[in-house]
Amino acid sequence: MKQQGLIPYLFRTEYRKIVAVLCKRFGFDQMETAEDIASDTFLTAAQTWSYNGAPPNPVAWLYNVAKNKAKTHLQRGVTFETKVAPQVITEADLGFENELDLSPQNINDSQLQMMFAICHPVIPPEAQIGLSLRILCGFGIDEIAEAFLSNKETINKRLFRAKEKLRQEKIKIEFPGALEIEERLETVLTTIYLLFSEGYYSVSQNQTLRKDLCLEAMRLCVMLTENESTNQPQVNALLSLMYFHSSRFEARMNRNGELVLYDEQDIRLWNNKLIGKGVYYFHEAARGDKLSRYHLEAGIAYWNTQKADTPEKWENILQLYNRLLQIAYSPVAALNRTYALAKANGKEQAIIEAEKLKLVNNQFYFALLGELYTGIDKGKALENFNTALSIAKTPADKRAMLRKIDQLI
Amino acid sequence: MDEYALIMRHEDGNKVASPEQIQVWMKQTMDWIGGIAAQNKFVSGTGLLFPDAKVVHHNKVVTNGPFGEIKETIGGFIVVKAESADEAAEFAKGCPVLQGDGNTMEVRRIAKRNDVH
Repeated sequence: MKQQGLIPYLFRTEYRKIVAVLCKRFGFDQMETAEDIASDTFLTAAQTWSYNGAPPNPVAWLYNVAKNKAKTHLQRGVTFETKVAPQVITEADLGFENELDLSPQNINDSQLQMMFAICHPVIPPEAQIGLSLRILCGFGIDEIAEAFLSNKETINKRLFRAKEKLRQEKIKIEFPGALEIEERLETVLTTIYLLFSEGYYSVSQNQTLRKDLCLEAMRLCVMLTENESTNQPQVNALLSLMYFHSSRFEARMNRNGELVLYDEQDIRLWNNKLIGKGVYYFHEAARGDKLSRYHLEAGIAYWNTQKADTPEKWENILQLYNRLLQIAYSPVAALNRTYALAKANGKEQAIIEAEKLKLVNNQFYFALLGELYTGIDKGKALENFNTALSIAKTPADKRAMLRKIDQLI
Repeated sequence: MDEYALIMRHEDGNKVASPEQIQVWMKQTMDWIGGIAAQNKFVSGTGLLFPDAKVVHHNKVVTNGPFGEIKETIGGFIVVKAESADEAAEFAKGCPVLQGDGNTMEVRRIAKRNDVH
């Protein structure tokens, strides 16, 4: 790799590892110090390597520098504390404890423990995602701001408050106990799924960034499958779901960054390799007797990778949505269920069910009604598409509705 | 918003349906429940199985099956959220159990902690 691309690349892969290990070592109390030392390490690398060229083993070099910086920091702390409170410092603290453990095992453990600590219910979901992007994924503040369509100050404030909260609540960077793990894993998975959705459904036009968010979510989920205690059926189900969705990543956006609707996607752009991965993890998820919302959503996502419009496909999708809505209601799922109902049981029945949903602030609700009335009642179809157009938020959504209206008249 | 139990009452629990018929009912029941869940009004569902059912009488005699002199029996119930008993009754109208002549749906508000019952 060329010198120029090397540091950004290493920053993406190594910053998060160094930060996780440092945070684990220092605790949340000194989270900023951990971030400073990690950033400082890369700064030193940038300065040194531009004169001397990159060392033969850049990763080991970075780890060494990080270790030394950590040691200096700890020794300064020790000097201070030996003066202030000599009784608490023992000889043992000075030797072994000062050496930062950057072994692969400790890096992995630290990252997973950080994941549990950050995805803690005491901080709100958007702060969990923000911190995850910063600490677990090594994203810059400006990238996070762009992903959230926000600005740097807002994101900085949000992350600052979240860190404060973690400190106040004395959240420890550790694996949850065996009894707790199920519940805590639930929050971690929710955050990972939100992170993925942020990339998959975000209105941001930056495609590379959006794809990165999805890939990062999948990477975090893979880490959970690689650890024995977190390799649970629902984790595999979520991973399977994300693989199925990501298989359509290239097909669902056109060159202008506009959403291409499922029916209009070029099937040749669907990635069969990713579908295959999805199937693999779906089988893994079937071990044990747990059935989570991710199992049901992965099932739906699987059927969506089958383009052929068979009655079997739509009946399966409908039944999966019927069950999903019972355990995890969302307006999107309600709308998609009604679409599947139309495909499986006919438009007449679906219209009756759709009218009951009354999601009157939701543009997609009216778009669905317009779709259902198309071919049955032109007047009502137009009326609903027009309502959808009037409340559509993005130019792309507005264009999609205008096209529907054009096709009708 | 209150919770209501929608109780499926079969007029004759002795009737045996064909596997095909059962499959059709299963789908209709799932679609019915899915429709309520799509309105975010579903709370829980409980199916009651016929095989191995017992009736314990007031003299503590145990007989097989819920069907003695009275054939009517309960097939299951779901719990929904509704603004009123009327809204709950609207949900009940969609239950495929009502396709059976003589079958009924009973709609009962679920008592809260401070209700007198």
